[in-house]
Amino acid sequence: MKEQLRKDFDNIIKNLSLSQRDTEIKQFYLDNFINKGFPNRRDENWKFSDLNQIIKKNIGELSFYNDYTATNKVDTSVFVDGLEHNKIVFINGRIEKIDFDYEKKDQIEIIDKSETINKFNNNNSLSDLNNAFTNKSFKILVKNGYQLVKPLIIYHTTNSNIWSKSINLRLDFELCKDSSLRLIDLYNDTSEKNFLNIFYNFDLKENAVLKNYKVDKLENKNIKYSFNNIEQDKNSISETFILSSGSNFFKNEINCNLKGGYSSAFVNGILSLNNDKHHEIRTIINHLTENTKSYQLIKSVLDDNSKSVYQGKIFVNSEAQKTDGYQLSKAILLNKDSEFNAKPELEIYADDVKCSHGSASGSLSEDSIFYLMSRGLNYQQSRELLINGFLLDVVEKITDSEIKNLLKNMIGIKE
Amino acid sequence: MDNRQKEIDNLKDYKYGFSTDIESTRAPKGLSEEVIKFISNIKKEPQWMLDFRLKAFERFKQLKEPEWQKPKYPKIDYQDLYYYSAPKSMDDKPKSLDELDPKLLETYKKLGIPLQEQARLNGIAVDAVFDSVSVATTFREELSKLGIIFCPISEAIQNHPELVKKYLGSVIPTTDHFFATLNSAVFTDGSFAYIPEGVRCPMELSTYFRINATNTGQFERTLIVADKGSYVSYLEGCTAPMRDENQLHAANVELIALDDAEIKYSTVQNWYPGDKDGKGGIYNFVTKRGLCKGINSKISWTQVETGSAITWKYPSCILKGDNSVGEFYSIAITNNHQKADTGTKMIHLGKNTKSKIISKGISAGFSDMTYRGLVDISSKASNSNNYTQCDSLLMGNKCGAHTVPYIKNKNSESNIAHEATTSKISEEQLHYCQQRGLNAEEAVGLIVNGFCKEVLQQLPMEFAVEAQKLVGISLEGSVG
Repeated sequence: MKEQLRKDFDNIIKNLSLSQRDTEIKQFYLDNFINKGFPNRRDENWKFSDLNQIIKKNIGELSFYNDYTATNKVDTSVFVDGLEHNKIVFINGRIEKIDFDYEKKDQIEIIDKSETINKFNNNNSLSDLNNAFTNKSFKILVKNGYQLVKPLIIYHTTNSNIWSKSINLRLDFELCKDSSLRLIDLYNDTSEKNFLNIFYNFDLKENAVLKNYKVDKLENKNIKYSFNNIEQDKNSISETFILSSGSNFFKNEINCNLKGGYSSAFVNGILSLNNDKHHEIRTIINHLTENTKSYQLIKSVLDDNSKSVYQGKIFVNSEAQKTDGYQLSKAILLNKDSEFNAKPELEIYADDVKCSHGSASGSLSEDSIFYLMSRGLNYQQSRELLINGFLLDVVEKITDSEIKNLLKNMIGIKE
Repeated sequence: MDNRQKEIDNLKDYKYGFSTDIESTRAPKGLSEEVIKFISNIKKEPQWMLDFRLKAFERFKQLKEPEWQKPKYPKIDYQDLYYYSAPKSMDDKPKSLDELDPKLLETYKKLGIPLQEQARLNGIAVDAVFDSVSVATTFREELSKLGIIFCPISEAIQNHPELVKKYLGSVIPTTDHFFATLNSAVFTDGSFAYIPEGVRCPMELSTYFRINATNTGQFERTLIVADKGSYVSYLEGCTAPMRDENQLHAANVELIALDDAEIKYSTVQNWYPGDKDGKGGIYNFVTKRGLCKGINSKISWTQVETGSAITWKYPSCILKGDNSVGEFYSIAITNNHQKADTGTKMIHLGKNTKSKIISKGISAGFSDMTYRGLVDISSKASNSNNYTQCDSLLMGNKCGAHTVPYIKNKNSESNIAHEATTSKISEEQLHYCQQRGLNAEEAVGLIVNGFCKEVLQQLPMEFAVEAQKLVGISLEGSVG
């Protein structure tokens, strides 16, 4: 892999017009990645998901070079109907389109940040890989007091033009005072056997509100890793919803730093898996000051040979008195070969806090099925109704009714 | 009477047998094959035992000291330790209670430990010791009538080699982790108990009544085997503060329960925790593991951990037999600069296995408390259940309480439920108690006792009362 990495890296550098210093920085991250390689089970964070093995097994040899000189045709048929929205379109890792048609042009700034690489607060080798290979990166800045009228949908489209590729994406968001943004990540994959490595950084100033919905619904054979870093100032709110279902492997990581008083973070997730899929959600919520709150609810429904992992950590430092931190993870195992692993962790250094976590896993309750069947439903219907209700709980946590309805339709959950 | 006197004399010889010449019964400093051979030789062990030790030592040489744990400690130089030294001679020990630290005596008083017992704990030679010897002898007679073997493990190696050979290392193999392997190579003594088929042990077995219990050294090895249909309750340690010049304690405890057998293992640990600034204190790195080998077997761990500078242990159950049950009840209290990283592992292998974990952690002062546990239900363990509850109580904002559970469910017919909370004693509760005439410290003691009640209830009567007082005493100076 080493030679391949160096060769692909040189090719990429050739296509970019980088300053000497930037090239050196990229080179530094490349060397870091070559030293560490893909994370494996010896890393505590990857204990339940050995990415190195997963890539070997599902993809084999990866190539890291992509030709970003040619444009791809934007397929408008994948766009979401019935919801007016702003768009950012990635096709095979290349930004094809950024449009904020519905917004005031002077309230949003799009800054090309390709040439400055700021280090991510994530010490796994994937951030090194991302730093070394990301060739185009933007920062989207929402100005003071501006609240986006329509949601922004980011389309992550890949098609069959690529194969066994590693794709690295990077976006930065800054939400200034009193601003708000609704963001939907939509994964549309028709490609197979690629590795997507996505890093987002959100900077929420005072009173800012971020709602991020990540939807991985379409069946595909790709391996994905997504990392959200969220910095939160006074009174800010972040809400993250994850629907993890389509890819062969998907690990979503959320790192949230609650730095300002009265800031709060919500993470809700559904892992609905079948076949041999293996998905993971890992969250770290750092309560760094007084009066901060976090809530997490993660539910899994596992069929066939699938496996889901939830690793959640609530960290409360000694200044963060009056913290509320809650975590709940539940899983239903439908098949005897499915597997659920959890590591809900609390690390607390302040005494005036209320923190709790709960985790439960098991099969569908036979009693409930019997109850429904005795009322005239057949077995299949009863099962579906129960799973439906189990997952609806999470969807109901979505605070934006427009998007809630959109997602309900997408998932096929009935009320 | 004659017989009895003889027996006492015999025991006396045994107890003080090594002390004639200290220098000659001390192994050279450091860890090497020679030292292990020296230990084995002085204990007159058979060849298979020496092989067991050497095999462990071979493995030990390849292992690295773990560093993933929360409490960090200065590196231990394993070549700078004595791995064997005979019991202290009487000259080194205090002659009477007056020579002891008055603070220690005060604690004894609070716990309500009788004078004779106080003396015994500190190795003072008084006539009272003979009393306890004779008590022990009576117990031994009663036990042997039932066929129960309860003796130091070095004696068991001589007298019951077939049992020891069969079970020693069957739960904690010589190829286990760093400290367990070290113990396998150099362990000096410990307890052995065997309960024959169908026997219900009529009394709580305790190291209290095992004669040379005070000198088992830093590498203790305990092996308890409960044969089919038997029951035993075993008590380890005591509530009184124990001082020891060895800083590192790496004991191994193995329990084996065959068909329909039940073992209940209770620990109260109150080793020297170091002074108020965190200087000194014992490192308690213990490996405890129980194997529910037979069907319908049960192993239950109960622990009250209040002492030691660092407590680092995970009493575990391997639920191999169908319908077997594992339980873990724990109270861990840390104050001043103490650190504890403790919890359990429940490994479900058999069908219809059940486990229950109740863990209560209390941290005060500058201390750190971590619950770390594993619940693993394998794909074959159909219809298994686990329930875990771990609660932490924090006093002050200089201490920490952490929960790190690992949950693995590979069986769709099995259920796991886990819950954990962290909170502090509410002002309302304190106010209520103080209003009724309790001072702040008593109020905290009462509330904490209520918090721990579920676990304290599991302790045998002999321990429960003292343990309750101990909970209050451990938290002295943490409020106000």
